[in-house]
Amino acid sequence: MTALLELKSVNARYGQLRVLHDVSLAVEEGQIVAVLGANGAGKTTTLRAISGTVRREGELRFAGRPLGRSGPETVARLGIAHVPEGRGTFSELTVWENLRLGATTRHGSSDDDFARVLRYFPWIEDRRGQQAGTLSGGEQQMLALARAFMQRPRLLLLDEPSLGLAPLLVTEIFRIVKELNEQEGLTVLVVEQNAHIALQVASHAYVLEVGRVALSGPSAELQEHESIRRSYLGY
Amino acid sequence: MEIARRLAQRPVLLVLAGGCVFLVVGSLDSSIFAQQTVAGLAQGAIFGSLALALVLIYRATEVINFAQGEMAMATTYVAFQLTKWGLSYWAAFAITLVVAFVFGTVVQLVFIRPVQQKSVIAVVIVTIGLFILIDGLVTWRFSAQLQFMPAPFGNSVYHVGSVAVSRQALGTLLVSVLSVILLGVLFRFTKLGLSMRAAALRPAAARLVGIRVDWMLAIGWGLAAVLGAVAGLMTEPTQFLQPTMMQSILLYAFAAAVLGGLESPVGAVVGGLALGVFLNLIGQYVGFVGAALQLPLAFAVLLGVLLVKPNGLFGRALVRRV
Repeated sequence: MTALLELKSVNARYGQLRVLHDVSLAVEEGQIVAVLGANGAGKTTTLRAISGTVRREGELRFAGRPLGRSGPETVARLGIAHVPEGRGTFSELTVWENLRLGATTRHGSSDDDFARVLRYFPWIEDRRGQQAGTLSGGEQQMLALARAFMQRPRLLLLDEPSLGLAPLLVTEIFRIVKELNEQEGLTVLVVEQNAHIALQVASHAYVLEVGRVALSGPSAELQEHESIRRSYLGY
Repeated sequence: MEIARRLAQRPVLLVLAGGCVFLVVGSLDSSIFAQQTVAGLAQGAIFGSLALALVLIYRATEVINFAQGEMAMATTYVAFQLTKWGLSYWAAFAITLVVAFVFGTVVQLVFIRPVQQKSVIAVVIVTIGLFILIDGLVTWRFSAQLQFMPAPFGNSVYHVGSVAVSRQALGTLLVSVLSVILLGVLFRFTKLGLSMRAAALRPAAARLVGIRVDWMLAIGWGLAAVLGAVAGLMTEPTQFLQPTMMQSILLYAFAAAVLGGLESPVGAVVGGLALGVFLNLIGQYVGFVGAALQLPLAFAVLLGVLLVKPNGLFGRALVRRV
């Protein structure tokens, strides 16, 4: 079986600065895969390379189809929802409009999707008219998840969902991600600095160091790995 | 009670409501006042629709399109040519709106998009270049002489009590307001409108949900050109057709847009209407304000408002948590 998403020796650069060096990784359908690493390791750039928001070279395949030079609009329409750094909230629009934007590329009614989203995020119902920029950080992260889910993606790219959130909220967010994965069959590639929680939720993980894959394997193995424990888990 | 409370929270609304009461009372009291008010609203509706076009483009591209008035003028000449070929006024009107949409879209694709990433000033210069180019081309093709089109609403006058209202003024008001409302519905209630707003507000995030941002911006320019065409066609019956017909209107529209807050579509329309009525009433009742002083007066009002409310009447500082 071939993977849903496959990267083979992918390079990416910002201007002259090369940020990714021959990154290869694979995400199987139905998995949660984590990308770990320190600041500046190229985690965010890896996601950007997939969604086409940064210039990239190398082989990228999604569901067997080469992504080639596809830009972000096209990648999104292929079924990859990218929740970027800063969550991509349309702060000036209402909560409900943010959700509708998730469904913008699909035809026909999205009532079913709304109903499904409300099952996971019931609080949204009461806040639908609120300006999205006035939500708390945790609520904005959940709204971003909900919006991405409205896209009915085959693959969800999550960029540091824990950033700036209290530990309790981080747990809650990852619980929902896990639930979406188990109950809706959503495949997730999540980038995290919080290796502790990411390794609990993900089945596989990759560790990036200065733009290269330094380590990879099943989460259980990585959790036992000496250098991971010291550098990322802190015990 | 609820309404009263909300008015008290937004002093601008209170002032506007006060202004409306003043206009109604004045109109009941004096038929000349009523006539000037209606004529002012008609004039203001034209300012408002062109101001709305400016706001649309400002929100999408973050520049004032200095060519907006000339684009409106050029599309009015298209309608003129169509009527000369024998089409009825309203058939020409409808076709012109389609032509304007295509025109605006093409302008964005051909002239604006290539420089849009470079800098704001580059886009501004391109719009000024377009102003000169369109002006030159129209003058070359149609000459600078006054031309005349069939009157869209006829020349009849309605009498309500002692108040005489021209069909022309009512028609202008109706068409302008209708086009503004239709556009509002498009932006507020349709998927396309929502995508356009998202593309203008957050292009990067919009791309990630699959919105084709470049197309949305081009469509935005197209819609702005349609509004401009409506403004041009509604201006023609009173100003007649000449290459300079929209130049002062653009300045009033600019004043109206800034008055409303530059980012606010509602503000642009309200600003336009207020400006139109204000200028008409001042022209009627304050003797020394002739045609020469109208434009300076409009900008004096603008200056006054901006001193009190730097973001314009409807400009609001965005509330955001980070």
